Amino acid sequence: MQNALDPHAAIVTEASGGAATLLTTADGQPLARALARSSARARRRAFLLVAPLLLFVVVTFVIPIGQMLHRSMYNAGFADNMPQVSAWFQENPAGTPIDEAAWGALAADLQLAAGNRTIGIVGTRINYDVPGTRSLFTSTGRKARDGFPPPYRDSLIEADAKWDNPTLWRAMRSASSAYTANFYLSSLDRTRDDDGKITTVPERQQVYVMLFKRTLWLSLAITGMTFLLGFPIAHLLATLPMRKSNLLMILVLLPFWTSLLVRTTAWMVLLQQQGVLNDIFVWLGVVGPDGRLQMIYNRTGTIIAMTHILLPFMILPLYSVMRTINPSYVRAARSLGATSWTAFRRVYFPQTLPGLGAGALLVFILAVGYYITPALVGGSTGQLISNMIAMHMTETLNWSMAAALAALLLGGVLVLYWVYDRLVGIDNLKLG
Amino acid sequence: MTTAFGNDGFVVFDHVQKSYDGQTLVVKDLNLSIGKGEFLTMLGPSGSGKTTCLMMLAGFETATHGEIRLDGRNINDVPPHKRGIGMVFQNYALFPHMTVGENLAFPLEVRGMGKAERESRIIRALDMVQMGKFRNRRPAQLSGGQQQRIALARALVFDPQLVLMDEPLGALDKQLREHMQYEIKSLHDSLGITVVYVTHDQGEALTMSDRIAVFNDGRIQQLAPPSVLYEQPENSFVAGFIGENNKLLGTIEKMDGARAVVRLTTGELIDATAVNVSGIGQRTLVSIRPERVEFKPELMPSDAHTIDAQVRDVIYMGDILRARMTVAGSEDFVMKFRNTLGQTRLEPGQRIRIGWHPQDARALDPV
Repeated sequence: MQNALDPHAAIVTEASGGAATLLTTADGQPLARALARSSARARRRAFLLVAPLLLFVVVTFVIPIGQMLHRSMYNAGFADNMPQVSAWFQENPAGTPIDEAAWGALAADLQLAAGNRTIGIVGTRINYDVPGTRSLFTSTGRKARDGFPPPYRDSLIEADAKWDNPTLWRAMRSASSAYTANFYLSSLDRTRDDDGKITTVPERQQVYVMLFKRTLWLSLAITGMTFLLGFPIAHLLATLPMRKSNLLMILVLLPFWTSLLVRTTAWMVLLQQQGVLNDIFVWLGVVGPDGRLQMIYNRTGTIIAMTHILLPFMILPLYSVMRTINPSYVRAARSLGATSWTAFRRVYFPQTLPGLGAGALLVFILAVGYYITPALVGGSTGQLISNMIAMHMTETLNWSMAAALAALLLGGVLVLYWVYDRLVGIDNLKLG
Repeated sequence: MTTAFGNDGFVVFDHVQKSYDGQTLVVKDLNLSIGKGEFLTMLGPSGSGKTTCLMMLAGFETATHGEIRLDGRNINDVPPHKRGIGMVFQNYALFPHMTVGENLAFPLEVRGMGKAERESRIIRALDMVQMGKFRNRRPAQLSGGQQQRIALARALVFDPQLVLMDEPLGALDKQLREHMQYEIKSLHDSLGITVVYVTHDQGEALTMSDRIAVFNDGRIQQLAPPSVLYEQPENSFVAGFIGENNKLLGTIEKMDGARAVVRLTTGELIDATAVNVSGIGQRTLVSIRPERVEFKPELMPSDAHTIDAQVRDVIYMGDILRARMTVAGSEDFVMKFRNTLGQTRLEPGQRIRIGWHPQDARALDPV
């Protein structure tokens, strides 16, 4: 309908009479077609302008995230390198006793994988599900160069008794299909029991759900802290005269201009047990020399350092909203009989909500995915889920697990975004 | 009119001074007494101190020196919310996140008024400005004129004795502005409230006010009812600021009481009334309203001095004709005359003699 107001639209002559009134231009063409033609050029040009960005986003964002999501439920490390035993699993449903054919397939596959030097990949894949099995595969692989003689069951068990383990076979069965939900189950501290039912893993192995909860809780705490600290600063910035507020703005933005590592290191210097702050406390007699506070390498350190680093993301949207609030609103409220607190609570604060929403969302989303600061100052109790993702990426090399954790995190953020949209409305968001 | 107000001192500014930077005075020694029920307008160019005075009265600025009294009570240290003064702002300042009804309920809620009483007052206030149907709208859904009415209703809903208005009609178009002037005036008359109105629009000030205080340079230049202000300006700033004005520079040639004869710099003699000049030989600026200039001898006093004028152009304005002339070296001398049946039509280039009644030409201080 908007296009009807397009100044480029041709002159309209309305064919009068008849139920099916078709609007045409002065020379008798259908109006819709004339309009499409006249605006096509502008549309093409607009598309060409955004094309580089579109390409960039697709190449650097959509494809990698798509790959990550794919990897979180696809791992062909076993299926590709162990074709015969995988085929046996396909043909025989779960619960079928392991027969000699299965053992034969396994023996042949082990020989094949050992020859192709892919036995390590296979072992790593099974190791995700049954810890300690990688060495079983590699050691058996070394003995498999020349093949195993039949009966295969006996020769394999002779090579290593651990092969006769139903858990191992169940793990191989689930790994035989490249597509699996197992990584998601593990991400939620769940696993399949011997009957294939989903159960919780033993308590001492539970780590991810606790980490997700901690990430959520710490991110909320950090968001709350940035709000408490940032709101007065943003208000000051918005109300001070230009020259002073510019100076203050530089102070707010200063952290942005410093390397993240430098800032984090500075916090270490300040907060550690032999650090500046503790020295001052001891000197003032607030704490004894033996009672130095542990303020870093734990949750406190993570909260302090991340609050500092994320503070500008709260201040800037708040500031941009507050600057547009005319001081006459508060004056009007005061003249109408409201105390300064009531005027703030009922008139000023509600008008800052779009900025507050934007700031809180920004800080929260950034905090949920923050990695480097908790890694450096978090100790063991200040680690977040992203540190676990990093560990799977760089240490255990279980990328599928990392991808599943990241996908859950992404899903959580999207859900949060949706909830925010329902509660506040995304159109109310004001980023600047 | 002056005698009806101003003596009971409902609002009093007593030697009030205001400085923002400690070096210059924005308001220099203001003394003003406003009567109960009066409609007083503070008129002046921007930066003249009129808005500062209003803000001090509302309590948003503190007086650097002097005392402001409301109904006999010194309110210098009373916070704005305890003054009970209604205020209408230039940009209306309707709370954007509340509906019209909530906006009106706000002053009543903060006063702890019960729901039933609130309801009846809101309905009464909305009916007063003919906006009863808009109660559930948000301010952004209203036109400028409608927002103005709501702002007015909100300032009146808690029955304040004094209402301040800070250029409330500045953002409206001309027609709506004139209509709202009339409405504000009639609300003032029917409610009997005291209004202090700030504007830089002299037409607005003339139509609405009981008295006008003309501000310039931090001082009240003249405080008088509209007709006095227009016809008898006391100094050249007031004469120049209110209405259109012809100015002729000269020296006093002869003085007989208030009646004076002025010799212009180009040598001609004209009649004038001495206002703030003291004696013969003093330089003066004579100010004459365009509509008081005559070119027909029968409309002038018999002994009037007349001077030469050459018509430059005549603009047809419908109800009047406006002639721009060269008079005594000044090229912008304006004469307005009524467009009556059979009125003499002046042509560009035509030479005429013009004159006026001595009381219409006011000899003021030279600027």
